[in-house]
Amino acid sequence: MSRLQLCEVAKSEGAEVHLHPINLSPQANAITVLLGATLAGKTSLMRLMAGLDVPTSGRVLVDDVDVTGIPVRKRNVAMVYQQFINYPSLTVYDNIASPLKLRRASDIDAVVRRLAKRLHIDAFLQRFPAELSGGQQQRVALARALAKHASLILLDEPLVNLDFKLREELRDELAQLFSAGQSTVIYATTDPGEALLLGGYTAVLKEGRLLQYGPTVDVFRRPASLDVALAFSDPPLNVVSAQALGDGWKLDQGPVVNLPGLRTMHSQVTLGLRAASLRVEKQQGDVTISGQVQLAEISGADSFVHFQCALGEWVMQKPGVHTFALGESLMFCFDPSDAFVFDSEGGLLSAPLLLHERSAFLGIKN
Amino acid sequence: MKPVNQRAWLLILPVLVCVAFSAIIPLMTVVNYSVQDIISPERRIFVGTEWFIAVMRDPDLHEALWRQIVFSTAVLACEIPLGILLALSMPTHGWRASITLVIVALSLLIPWNVVGTIWQIFGRADIGLMGAVLKFVHIEYNYTGNASHAWLTVLLMDVWHWTPLVALLCYAGLRSIPDAYYQAARIDGASKLDVFRFIQLPKMRGVLIIAVLLRFMDSFMIYTEPFVLTGGGPGNATTFLSQYLTQKAVGQFDLGPAAAFSLIYFLIILLLCFILYNWMLRVGTQTGK
Amino acid sequence: MASRIDLDLAHAYQANPQKDSDYALLPLQISFLAGGAYALLGPSGCGKTTMLNLMSGLIRPSQGSVLFDGVDVTDKSPQERNIAQVFQFPVIYDTMTVAENLAFPLRNRRMKEAEIRKRVEHVAEMLELSAQLKQRASGLTADAKQKISLGRGLVRSDVSAILFDEPLTVIDPHLKWQLRRKLKEVHQELKLTLVYVTHDQVEALTFAQEVVVMARGKALQTGTAEALFEKPAHSFVGHFIGSPGMNFLTGEIADQALIYGDRRLRLSNAQAHSLKGLKHIKLGIRPEYVSVQPEASEDSLPAQVEKVQDLGTSMLLTINCAGQSLRARLPLTQLRIDVGTTVHINILGNRTCFYHNEELVL
Repeated sequence: MSRLQLCEVAKSEGAEVHLHPINLSPQANAITVLLGATLAGKTSLMRLMAGLDVPTSGRVLVDDVDVTGIPVRKRNVAMVYQQFINYPSLTVYDNIASPLKLRRASDIDAVVRRLAKRLHIDAFLQRFPAELSGGQQQRVALARALAKHASLILLDEPLVNLDFKLREELRDELAQLFSAGQSTVIYATTDPGEALLLGGYTAVLKEGRLLQYGPTVDVFRRPASLDVALAFSDPPLNVVSAQALGDGWKLDQGPVVNLPGLRTMHSQVTLGLRAASLRVEKQQGDVTISGQVQLAEISGADSFVHFQCALGEWVMQKPGVHTFALGESLMFCFDPSDAFVFDSEGGLLSAPLLLHERSAFLGIKN
Repeated sequence: MKPVNQRAWLLILPVLVCVAFSAIIPLMTVVNYSVQDIISPERRIFVGTEWFIAVMRDPDLHEALWRQIVFSTAVLACEIPLGILLALSMPTHGWRASITLVIVALSLLIPWNVVGTIWQIFGRADIGLMGAVLKFVHIEYNYTGNASHAWLTVLLMDVWHWTPLVALLCYAGLRSIPDAYYQAARIDGASKLDVFRFIQLPKMRGVLIIAVLLRFMDSFMIYTEPFVLTGGGPGNATTFLSQYLTQKAVGQFDLGPAAAFSLIYFLIILLLCFILYNWMLRVGTQTGK
Repeated sequence: MASRIDLDLAHAYQANPQKDSDYALLPLQISFLAGGAYALLGPSGCGKTTMLNLMSGLIRPSQGSVLFDGVDVTDKSPQERNIAQVFQFPVIYDTMTVAENLAFPLRNRRMKEAEIRKRVEHVAEMLELSAQLKQRASGLTADAKQKISLGRGLVRSDVSAILFDEPLTVIDPHLKWQLRRKLKEVHQELKLTLVYVTHDQVEALTFAQEVVVMARGKALQTGTAEALFEKPAHSFVGHFIGSPGMNFLTGEIADQALIYGDRRLRLSNAQAHSLKGLKHIKLGIRPEYVSVQPEASEDSLPAQVEKVQDLGTSMLLTINCAGQSLRARLPLTQLRIDVGTTVHINILGNRTCFYHNEELVL
């Protein structure tokens, strides 16, 4: 339907650079997640896409037409914010109907009721937003955004002010709502888990720069750089530097490991291990390190064990509910081939293969 | 490069015209008068800074200025604490709050010359409530004859008229303090005075700045109420700066010195406001880093 | 001294509560043992903040009593109960330095200056605030301010309990786990009674030894993280704990068998015995415990895979079995499964819970 392209867009305010020149063409009619820490530039980039701000340099193209100076009123954009923004003096019905009225659409009543039903707010059509709970208010905002039938829908961390469980439910609904593929959806978040749950494509931002853009799973499995891997890991990536030593690699403050799949000229590399790659039960070929437990975070299905070891402060993800005493000493093990290897500038040298990829690689049929 | 919409300027053109007509051009006229001696509409002589020097040397002016400063200080000293106290004692929610707000705001709605007239009658011994009561309890009170009584009456009138403004501003400031602060103070065992000193007063800083500046500027320019009440008397005991200025300009038709003084008046207020503002921003923020 | 808190109360909005919705907190009896770490977990509006405020004395219960170490404190103020409370946003005295903030409660009790200084330094060290003692409190970051709020509670050596009302709300996500660690260390060192209110299950399960799950004014279950995860006493608990929550399937019991869709699954004797007399039953299975096999086996049911989500470290499948939808979480080491394939699941595993009228029966 409509293709958005950002060509070398940059935004500075005086001496402060909010965005360095970025080239981004979000996949049309799919969901693109903007992932990055707070102040990484997600909101600035979204405002440029919407037309709320004009880029300091670069162009914004929609369907190959330059829309850079055109204000947001003239563009076909809908936006949903963190703070449940609705018209406080209009009822829910009028809120959802407002873009339809502006468009002078026919059949307003049927469309409003259909959208309200889809977002489970049809019981509240005559109430005012202030009388609803946070989750319901955000649904009204979503319904209004959908009513606009815009070709570009922008969502700026819409679920961050909601309860944990409510966030989960709305996220599922959002994924379903947007899977119909009628608009390009851009969703900003700081939570890598959310990016993975929404699927689609992911653009990783850090300090105003675009680090990587691609299908979410690809960006997760093959981060182009150490920065991407760090941004796209929750819990944080375990990192250690290693120096070439003969056939193996000596970990900084740690043992020597073998990285058989790695062929490189570099003598200094950085290894990154996801928390899920660590375990306490030793398997063949594992490297072991001893550590002291600092905290075990329990999320119900998984336990995240933060521990202090010679290599630094690391985290291990263990399925199930496990409690550890503070200060308990344990041996932690990992398979070196599960590590991401980055060169000294942070570029990716090798990424671990999944089990079935590995079997395929070795020519073993599962 | 990027098309910028210049048409917005057309929208504010009417406002610019109005402001130019009602403020900027008259101000420039005043500047014009202040550097000329206008003997008659046809004969105008450029005198440069002569009027400014004459004005600054005028002893009557110095007296009026001094009276004004004392008055404004007294006004601030009375109205700000009273306003804060009033705000603290006003109910916070429900129908009581609405009624109290309306009652408190009533004196702000009265036209200023009517305020003067009300107090003029109020203070008379024969038909005024206050005058009659004071006569009854044998307290000597004559605001037309006695200078200090006149002063007190003008001060009282101003406090009665304007304290509600301070109270309303402080009330708004107090309402914005989240409940958790009061709860935490209760848990910490803080006394009511501590709560006022450490929570309410610091959090009211913003509204207090506004209240102080507004009251200062208004009291420094006060004209209608004392004029109606005492006419500036007895003698010139309550002739404040703006009345003195008007006497000069309108009464004696000395436009030149009056214009010069207007500009000086304007600059004095600006300077004092600037000092007050900066002081209030900084007070209570010195300790530590 | 850390106190044991016993609650035997209810709290209603108005004088004569007739039905459940008139109550902010339905009648309950809960005990918080001295020196224990507890969490009140539930969605917005479930009454957890009300319960916290009843414990701290900021609200008086409309009926019932609050006991601290066996002493009735229902009419006592928060000061008299000697509790400390940390709020959602940092509450500090702007005009004071960090040291003065921490010393404030002690100064109000007229303690000697030298003792105050010692206590303040000890608490500041525990909370890693020693370097900032002379700085103005208003200039610090949100997590430092929350530590000061916490410190004001810890500085009183005889504090009976510390109550937290969603204290990590304004903290940056990457600093949250540090504060959580700090709270756990404080608990271990001082052995105080700590009660923590949150809607985030990770916070609750990490922090507390026992978690009270609440919904709509009712305390549904109190238990350890494991108990809540493995055997939720109420279907809401099963739904609320775990991300995603428990799957619920409806079925019927007839003649020692479970009728699910058009299949008859045999129940063991023990199961049939416990479920006797019940007709409509709800099965609760956690996505982690749904066993998904490519081939059929005895007692397995065929299901269509509707959606596959790659979560990085695991796979989340949405599958449709006889018209009912459920999710399964599988480790990535399993074979790739595509949308539309037919898999075989076993719903009567030993981790399956049975619910009747939302309450756990087996």
